[in-house]
Formats: sequence, C-alpha cells, structure tokens
Amino acid sequence: MIEIDRITKTYGTVNAVDAVSMTVETGSITVIVGTSGSGKTTLLRMINRLEEPTSGEVRINGKSTSSLKPHLLRRRIGYAIQGHGLFPHHTVARNIGAVPELLKWSRDKINARVDELLALFSMDPAEFRDRFPAELSGGQQQRVGVARALAPRPDLLLMDEPFGALDPIIRTRAQADLRQIQRKLGSTIMLVTHDMEEAISLGDHVAVMDAGKLVQYAPPAEIIARPATDFVANMVGDVERPLRLLSLISVSEIIEPGEAEGEAMPETASLRDALSACLWTGRDALPASRGGKVVGRVTLKAIRARAGAHA
Amino acid sequence: MTGIRTHISPPGLLFAVLGLAALLVPFMTLAANRIVAGDGIVAWRIAGPEITAPGVAAVAMGLAMGLVAGRTRLRFLGAVLGLTGLLWLLSRSAPVLLSQGGEYARVSPAAGFWFLLVIFMLLMADALAALKPGPFMRGIILVAFLFVLVFIFRSGLLSDLSVLQEFSGRRDAFFTEFVRHLGLSFGSLAAAAVIGFPLGILCHHRAALRSATLPVLSFLQTIPSLAMFGLMIPILGWVGNTVPGAQAIGIAGIGFAPAFLALLLYSLLPVVGNTVAGLASTPPAALEAACGMGMTRGQRLLRIELPLGLPIILTGLRIVLVQNIGLAVIAGLIGGGGFGTFVFQGLNQTATDLILLGALPTVVLALAAAILMDIVVELTRQTPEEAA
Repeated sequence: MIEIDRITKTYGTVNAVDAVSMTVETGSITVIVGTSGSGKTTLLRMINRLEEPTSGEVRINGKSTSSLKPHLLRRRIGYAIQGHGLFPHHTVARNIGAVPELLKWSRDKINARVDELLALFSMDPAEFRDRFPAELSGGQQQRVGVARALAPRPDLLLMDEPFGALDPIIRTRAQADLRQIQRKLGSTIMLVTHDMEEAISLGDHVAVMDAGKLVQYAPPAEIIARPATDFVANMVGDVERPLRLLSLISVSEIIEPGEAEGEAMPETASLRDALSACLWTGRDALPASRGGKVVGRVTLKAIRARAGAHA
Repeated sequence: MTGIRTHISPPGLLFAVLGLAALLVPFMTLAANRIVAGDGIVAWRIAGPEITAPGVAAVAMGLAMGLVAGRTRLRFLGAVLGLTGLLWLLSRSAPVLLSQGGEYARVSPAAGFWFLLVIFMLLMADALAALKPGPFMRGIILVAFLFVLVFIFRSGLLSDLSVLQEFSGRRDAFFTEFVRHLGLSFGSLAAAAVIGFPLGILCHHRAALRSATLPVLSFLQTIPSLAMFGLMIPILGWVGNTVPGAQAIGIAGIGFAPAFLALLLYSLLPVVGNTVAGLASTPPAALEAACGMGMTRGQRLLRIELPLGLPIILTGLRIVLVQNIGLAVIAGLIGGGGFGTFVFQGLNQTATDLILLGALPTVVLALAAAILMDIVVELTRQTPEEAA
C-alpha cells in the first residue's frame, strides 16, 4: 500500500503540488491525469524523490520514503518515462539488467531475469538480447523501457507518459499489454498522463489533478458518472460521457436469455462496441457468445438502461 | 544506361589537368651552395632521356589511370606508379645534376615535384576512400606507408638531395630533437589530460565554474603563439630565480619548461571544452532514467556520461595532439628543443633545406598522429549510428 500524506511542493510562492493525500492499493493501476502544469509529474517525481517534497510524506508499506537514501529508494521503485530513456550504448540485455546490476545480483540471475522479461513482452530473447536500442522499433524500445523498470521486481512502478511518444495504433496495443502484464504480475503501478481516454481505459483508480490540487480520486466509472467539478467534467468530455461509461462495462453484465439475428458479439467486448454494432447494422439485439458459442443476447434497450443507471 | 561521361572520375580529371600543369613547372633546383637561391629545371631537362623518359611517362600514365571512374584498384595503382615515377626522377637525376654543379652544389626538389607529390597523395587518398577501409585497415595502411617511407630513406636512394645532406651532418642531433619533439607534444598532451579531464568533469557539474573557466581558457587560446612562448621567458625566469629548488628541476626562462608550459596552456581549452561538450551530449532521457533507477552521481558519470561522451572527448585530444606537434616547432625559438631547432637555425642561416629538415618530419608526424587518433575515436564509437 502506498500512502501519500499531505504532500506539497512549493516553487517560489507557487504550490506546484498542494497538500495532496491519496492511498494506492497494492496490485492496482492508478492513473494521475491532468493538463500540463497541473502538478501531476511533480507529484509522481516526489514519490521516488527525484523531487524532494517541501512538506508531507510518502509511505510505502508503512515505511516513510525519507528513511532511505534517495538512490537506494529508487532502486526499489521502477521508473519508466516518455521516450523510453534507454542507454544507447548498452545492449537490450544490459539495459534491462541495469538495476539488478546495481543491486549486485549474480550474473546468472540477471540473465535469467532478462530472458524472462523479454519473453513476457513477446520479444524472443535469443533475437533481441544483444541488439542495441537504435536497432529496435519505437514500440519495442518502449517495451524494453518498461521491462527495465520491472526487472528488480519493484514494490511500485512509476510511469511518466510512457506511451506519449508512440503512434496511436502501437499505443493502444502497448496499453493492452501493460494491463495484461500488470494482471499477471500483480504489480502496483502509478501512471501519469494528460489523456483522459488512457486514464479511463487503464486505471483501476483515476486521480484528476488541477492547479496542484487533487480534485477527484475515484474509479473510472465514478469519474465519468459523477465528476466532482466542472474541470473534471470538462476533462471527461461532456458529450462523450455515456460512451466512455459504456466502454467500461462488458457485454457479459447484461446478457439475457433469448435469440437474435446476425453476427454474435463476444461477451468480453464492451457495451460501447455492442452499441456501435447495433447502430451500424440496424439491429435491436445481438447474439452474445462465450468461447464462440451463443449463450444469449444483448439488447439495445438493456444497453440504454445500463447507460442511464449511473445516477 | 551509363554514358561515356560516367567513366571519367571528376577528381581524377582535376588531378590530371593539375598534374600536367605541374610538369611544366621546375621539377628540381640546382644551387651553387646551400645558401644561395638555385635555378629551377623542368622535368624533361634534369637528366638524359634514358632517365627522364621513363619517369615522365610513369607520371603521365599514373595521372591517366586516375581518370577511370569506379576502378578503385586501377586508380590506386596509378597513384603508386606516379609516386614511383617521382621517386625515380628524383633519385636518378640528383647525381647527374650534382656532377654538373661543382664542389658545393646542392640539388633539391622544386615546386613541380611537390605539386605532383601532393596530387598523387590525393589520388591515393581518393582511391582508398572509395574502399571505405575500416579502422584496422586504415591502421595497416598507415603502418605500411610509414614503413615504405623509412625504407626509402634508409636505402640511400635520396642521399644526394640537399635535405638529406643537411641530415647526414646532424644525424645524432636529429634523433635527439625528434625525441624532444615527441616529449614536448605528447608530454603536454598527457599533462593537459591529467588536468583537463577532472576540470572538465567539475565544470560539467557546476555551471558557475564552467562559465568562469571556459572564457579564461578561450582567452589563452587567442594569445599568438610567438607571444605566448615569449611571455613564458620572464615568467618562468622569475619563478626559477625566486622559488627555491625550482632551477634544480629545470625551471628557467628558456629551455624545455617554458615551452612545455606554453603548449599545456594551449591544450587546456580543447581538452576541457570537449570534455564538457562530451558529457553534455548524453541524451536527457537516458540521464533522467539513470537517475530515476537509482544510479549515484559517480555511476551516472562512469556508466553513462563518460562512455557516451568518449568520442567527443577523444576528438579534443586529437585536436590537442595535432596542434601541439605543430606548435612545438616554436619551442625551438626559446631553446625548448624539437624540430623547431632546425627551422630556426635554417632561418638564421637562410638555409632553406635546414628549415625543411625541421618542417617535413613535423608534417609527417602530425598527419600520422591525426590518422591514428581518428582510428581510436572511431573504435570508441561502439553504438550503431542508425536505426535498423
């Protein structure tokens, strides 16, 4: 558990981060979202003490971060940034093994960990281990950057706009991969972004920052359904709120018995996809499938009811 | 597809035109003694046709072979043939000319020879560049070239030439000054590295120190070299006379110490400046990541900044080495020794050949050092430049 307790950072007379408190649960993804200058990156950088807080403290599993030397603290916290920050003169293996090397793991243990991580990110170890970062595609570089941050099995992984430099198609795939790997490893992740779409699709919790203050900290569905301030509503995008909400709910939640015409919708798809299919093919109901077998149907009426159930 | 035009190498054409023009300029100079100005003699009149005909033909043939575009080996052989022709003309005509000139006569190569030498060297470099030799190949070429050079001089082929007659009278002095020259240029380089690297690293970390240091070093660099060596005389003279024990370790107004110090002062800007630039060339994201993963300042320096900046830092050393080999000549003026000794003796005696005895080895030394350092810089650039 990560506890952030009234943490403040003052530059001159301006509070870049103003008495922010929040608790992050182990094994979850928390996304900090805000416009530029909202203090979101400063907040993240105070957790691994790349910025020293002016006041307040951060506790990881009950232990204050100020009780360790900064460089020792940082070796326990993964850190991935926009533009990956890989060392251009080191191979992929050496990049991923950087922190274990600092922690003086044995050579064999480091090599095994590097291969394990490459495989986890669907990169063939034999093929990629000895390449240099310049010989990888943008998406591969980004994956190696995240693998490097995960290498020492950190208590916490901090990510600062990790997908910012990727093009939209690769970014969507990278987000899905991160989600899947986080579920598999049970990592605790705090991620900073300016993109509300990314925040909603990735976060178990979303923290919205505005002018140094934490204005709302809640699960994505609640952020969409009950924005705390006009600023949050604005960030979510008023017009798209129903669609964003539907994108968080899977078809399996509203399957009802019955039959329907046409192509089936897998139950893992979102209601947004189902609604889209209804509108596009002019149907009022779609068959819903589980593992390729039709198990019932999902109706336009049920989707509408679910969208209206937020209040 | 390929027209006739593409079969002629543009630089080859330039070399051929310039080379033929150079043949019309005096090739050798015959002087009555080592002081007076001599008379220039064009290539086809330096000796009988049994000597000039094959020589001039080899030169012309070499130039012609350099014309063919895309045939790298042929062009390289053309350069070798041309250089052989020059060597033939030089070594065969010298005794003939001497026999015509009387007891104190001196023969030396004239403008025509030097032009052709430069042209064939350029042709050779142009042909070799097309082969894109790797660092090891370039090292082998350099060694082979120096080996051939030493072989020619030791063979006695050129011993009738005026420069070598100056040399034969000063054989011992030549090697003493050679070692002195190396000591001055490499010694000041080593001292500049020992002082400059730590200073550069400190400047990298402290902006205030950087903005104070670099302008001072730049100012030192702008002092004209003659003035710098001259200034050392009163300064070190005073130190030698006032500081106890200073004279005992060789510190005095003239000699090795002031020359060494002047070269050291000139060396500091390239070493410190390039160290700062090299360390600052680290990609900011890589540095941010290094910091964020828990590297200490020393680890960042040793593992990230220094390896990534090494090519730029070594380029600074290359500048210093080549610069110091040239500047060390001026040390001769204040009794610092080195090849400059011959240059200034030659200037005093108006003996051009003695000046050349100092100048030519300096040029060869500087060129060899530059090529060697380029190879080292390239070997340290370990990362692939381009994405796959």
